[in-house]
Order: sequence, then structure tokens, then C-alpha cells
Amino acid sequence: MTTDQTGATVEPMLGAAPLELEAEPSPGRQTLWPQIPRPVFIARVIIGTAMAAAALYAPFYFDPVYNRLLSQAIYLAIAAMGLNLLTGFNGQVSIGHGFFYGVGAFTSAILMVDHGWTFEATIPVALVLNGIVGLLIGLPALRVRGLYLALVTLGLAVLFPQLATKYVEGTGGVALVRPRARDFASLIQGLDDDQWAYFLSLAIMAVLFLLAWNLVRGRIGRSMIAVRDQEIAATTVGVNLAGTKVATFAISAAYAGVAGSLSVMVDHVAAATNPIFYFQRSVEFLVAMAIGGAATIMGPAVGALALVLLRRNTEDLIEGKEILAPALYGAALIAIVFVLPEGLVGGVRRFLAWIGRRSSAKGRPPTHPIPDDSQ
Amino acid sequence: MQLFVEQVLNGIANGVVYGSVALALVLIFRTTGVLNFAQGEMALFATFISWKLTQQGLPVVGAIAVSMAIAFVSGAVIERVLIRPVETGRSPLNVVIVTLGMFLALNSLVQLIFGTDPQFMPSAFPSGGIELFTSNGRTATLQKGTLGLVLVLIAECVVLWFMLNRTKLGLKLRAVATNPDSARLHGIKAGSMLMLGWALSAAIGALAGSLVAAQRTGFDSNLMQTVLVYALAAAALGGFDSLWGAVICGIIVGVADALTIQYIDPLNGIEVVLPLALILVVLVVSPHGLFGKRTVERV
Repeated sequence: MTTDQTGATVEPMLGAAPLELEAEPSPGRQTLWPQIPRPVFIARVIIGTAMAAAALYAPFYFDPVYNRLLSQAIYLAIAAMGLNLLTGFNGQVSIGHGFFYGVGAFTSAILMVDHGWTFEATIPVALVLNGIVGLLIGLPALRVRGLYLALVTLGLAVLFPQLATKYVEGTGGVALVRPRARDFASLIQGLDDDQWAYFLSLAIMAVLFLLAWNLVRGRIGRSMIAVRDQEIAATTVGVNLAGTKVATFAISAAYAGVAGSLSVMVDHVAAATNPIFYFQRSVEFLVAMAIGGAATIMGPAVGALALVLLRRNTEDLIEGKEILAPALYGAALIAIVFVLPEGLVGGVRRFLAWIGRRSSAKGRPPTHPIPDDSQ
Repeated sequence: MQLFVEQVLNGIANGVVYGSVALALVLIFRTTGVLNFAQGEMALFATFISWKLTQQGLPVVGAIAVSMAIAFVSGAVIERVLIRPVETGRSPLNVVIVTLGMFLALNSLVQLIFGTDPQFMPSAFPSGGIELFTSNGRTATLQKGTLGLVLVLIAECVVLWFMLNRTKLGLKLRAVATNPDSARLHGIKAGSMLMLGWALSAAIGALAGSLVAAQRTGFDSNLMQTVLVYALAAAALGGFDSLWGAVICGIIVGVADALTIQYIDPLNGIEVVLPLALILVVLVVSPHGLFGKRTVERV
């Protein structure tokens, strides 16, 4: 992620104006965020509206089992977005976000079961706690880069079930905390429990995605991208390298923690009985981000939905031969990477850019959108 | 003291296992620059092939040789068919995704083809142990299997080191890994070299898997999953580009693990902390591992 796109993306980053210039609208702003051709803009609006409408209508259309599947896709998307900020925008590869996810899940479950908290109150705790944990882990991560960081974080994910087994007093001596189902009852009249879980997750996801979108468009986001593309060049133009990296790590961990917390509401359990479960989760976050489209805002959501549906359908496809499911799933992942190397959102964007080029051919100046990292 | 020596020997026995898988990881990284998460599962598949061949009545050494040959060819095919098309793409993450996909797919294929029951792999080495010394009525013994594995590892290292550092072929392999474009300008067939890198590493993995499985009383499709974590730790400690580093650090990790289990009670149950802490400490002190080469970054 660092070497092959230096030429294309560093340029606007280096041109990024210092703060005081940003206050007044200057022409430099337009080169940074190029004007979008009208057909592309319309297409984006249509796609966005359709997706939002589908998301709002879905829980009334599907049955509780399917709603739970969709809620799983939502918390997966939140964690994938956290990883996207770190890996997609900041270039630090982590295969250990399952660790933060697990911390979030157990925080919520333990606060509910042992301390009688209501679920909704535990989400901010998971957020803040994971932010702090992320900060603590992000500090040594400053010294470790690329491949090594991936390995250290991988170790974290493998470590988590062992830590949980050792320190969590679950039922029957295993690390498993199961809050009562009625503690997750709907707070709004007229919404079933599964619909409530869905809408709560969706609302939190919307807020977190909006925050992420604002973050990466602003000065911090440009610092993150600059660090990803050319660390040394970024420092020479005054980007605070350590601050940016550690802050991104903490934010990213907090996202994964919220995802873990929501998973308790959706799945009604926080468990660490499978020694490689949190490693598998980490891989899922990475895969959701990559097949959706790294360094895009919609990518993690699209990728998470695709991943959950893919897994579900490969399981259905071969009744009685469950062993084969991971094989098909793995093969599907490889196939997606082959067909759409820039992810699903990257594919759509490429299609829209093609439309933009066609329209710009008819008299407009040729300003089709370069694939920027902001939207 | 007695207990200490026993634990060190245990650690070495595990350590050579980590080292042998780490060797395959390092080889593929040095020759192609890719971190292959499916390395363990590729080795697992090959291990099952050699087991199947011994079931058919082939002698162990012959079975392993055949399985290594199969792995060699498959490694080359995987590079050509699965890795190369995505390698040229924009995002290096895609290669990682493909290797993770292979990880899942191979593991489930193994279960499908060979079943989920634990199997027994005959050892290529003579059984029994060598008594080192006796005190207080207890004897410290070095298993011949462990000794054999150590010797095989040393032989592998010598051969690979010679090939990489003293032959024209090795120079080409390293040139392609360092800078494929420049290598191509010098008339090196970069594609063939990458295929060769994957093939060699798959064959080394097949050897490691077959020998490791024989060390266990039984093995199934989970054989490589914990080994891979420790092997990755060993490779990272060794600096990822040193063959000797991988082997020595594999043994360091194994011994440290065994001693932690024996002597450090607070870490009971969370021994994975140890390789993790080792990696962190080593990387904070020296970012290129214990045996890695320093590189200068160009802007």
C-alpha cells in the first residue's frame, strides 16, 4: 500500500494547505476534491437512496433469523470500518482486531451479568475502554511496521481466548458469559426484539460511518493517508507521525470494541471457548474490508454484507457436506479478488468513472473523478 | 537441574518443529516477498499425501520424497494460477486475501479427502532415545527423532544457503525478490523465479510437515494451526530474511515456551504471551530482528 501509488496520491497530499489557508475557500480546494460529473453524482444519489431505503425496510420484510444475519453483517461492518481506518487509510495492517472485538464483547457481557447494567449503557464503556487499550497497544506498534505489525497483532488475536479462559469466571469453568435474552428486550413499542437489535446496530453504524467519513476528509484524514503513502515525506511536511499512527490505532480499536459489544446483543453470548475464534474474526474483518474496497467509506459495509451472505449461502448450498463449506467460502474469496481487485465498491466506482468519462466526452472538460480516497 | 535439562530438551523438540516451518516461510519471503498464511495448510496437505503413500506400502523416505515432488509442482502451479494474477494489482492486501482463502479451502479439502480421524505417521528416524546423563534416578534422554530433525534442518539450511548465496540461480532468485523490474531488465525471467520460490518453499513445507507429524502420536487437520503461530513468531524474531535465524529462533521460542510452562506460574495458560513479548522486545531494540539485514529506505 505504500510504494505503488506514491506518484498518484501523494501529490494532492503534499499540496494540502496548512490550517489558516483552509478557512477561506480557495481554488486549491477544488483540485483536492474534483468536481463530480452530473451523471455520476445522480447515480451515487440513486444508489445511496436505494441502499438506505432497503436498509430501513429490510427488518420488516425478513424473518427474525435473517434479521439476526443482517445485524451480524452490521457489527461486522463496524469492525471492518475500524480496520479500514487503520489499514485502508493509514496503511498499518492488523490481523488482530479480533482482540479488541473480544474485549468489547466481554466488557458488555460481564457488566450485564455480574453488575446488572443495561446493555445500552455498556456500549460507551466498550468504546472508551478499547480506545485506551488501543492506545496502549498502538504505542509499541510505532516501532513495528508492515509485516511485523501484522504478526504481533496476529499474536494478540490468538492470545485473547487464552486470556479470557484464565481471567473470566464464566459458567461451568469455561470462558463463556451469557446474558439473559430478556435483557436485550426492545425499548421501542411496536418493534420486535430482533428488529430493535437491528435498528440499534444500524443507528450506531450510521453514526460511526459518518464520523469516519468526516475524519478521513479532514486534516487528520489527510495526515493518515500521507503517512500511509510516504511516511518519510509526510514527516517533512509537518505531519505528526507518531501522533497520527497511535491515534488511528486507538480509534480503530474503539470501533472494533463497539462491534464486539453489539455482537453480544445480536448473538446473546460472549464466548472464548474456541482457541482460534478471535483470529478467525480478525480475518473476517480484513476480508470484509478488502472485498468491499479498502480505503472507501461504503466498502466495509458492502463487504460485510457480502461476506455474511456468502458464508450463509455456501453453508446452505451443500447440505450434509458441511466440511466443504469453508472450501467454497475460500474459493469465493479468491474469486472476488480475481474479478474485482479493488473490491466491490472499487468496481462500482470504476463503472461510474466510465459513465463520467462518457459524459465528459460530450463537451465537458475531461475531469472525470480520479479515484480519491475520501468518499 | 535435572528438570531444567528435561524442559530444555522438550523445548528443543518443539523448537525444531517451529524452526522447520519458519524455514519454509522465510524461504518464500526471501524469494518472492510474500507472507504465505497458507504455508501450514499446504504442508498439511502434503503430509497427508505422504501418510497415504506409506499406507500404500511405500517406505517412509520414499513417500516423503514423492510428496515433496508433488508439493514442488503444486507450489509452482499455485504461484502461477492463484498468486501472480493478483500480485500485479493495486493492493498488496489481495495476495494476503488469496493466501487466507487458500488456508480455509485447503484445510477443508484435507478433511474432505482424508477424513477427520487422527492418523499415525511413521517416523523416518529410528525410534528410542539417547541417554545423556542420569541423576537422582531420573534420566535425561534426547529422542532420536528430535536429533534427526535437527540434522535435517541443518542440512536444509546448508543446502539452501549455498543455493541462495553461492549459485547464479540463487542470485537470480534474490534479485527478483528485491526488485522484479530491475531483475527483468537484466534478462532474468522473473516469473520463473517466483514459481521456483513457491515450489521450493512448498517442498520444504512438505518435508517439515511429514517429519513433524511423525513426532506426534497422532495428527489430524489441526496439526499446523498452532505451529504456524509459533513459526511466524520464530520467523519474525529471526528477521524474516535469514534462514539460520529462522531455525535458531524457532529453537529459542520452543525452549522459552517450555521453560515458561515449567517455571513461570502467572503465565500458566497464556504461554502465547511469550513469543509475542519476545517479538516486541526484539523489534523495539532492533527493528530488523535478531538476524535480519538492515535496509535503508529511499524516498
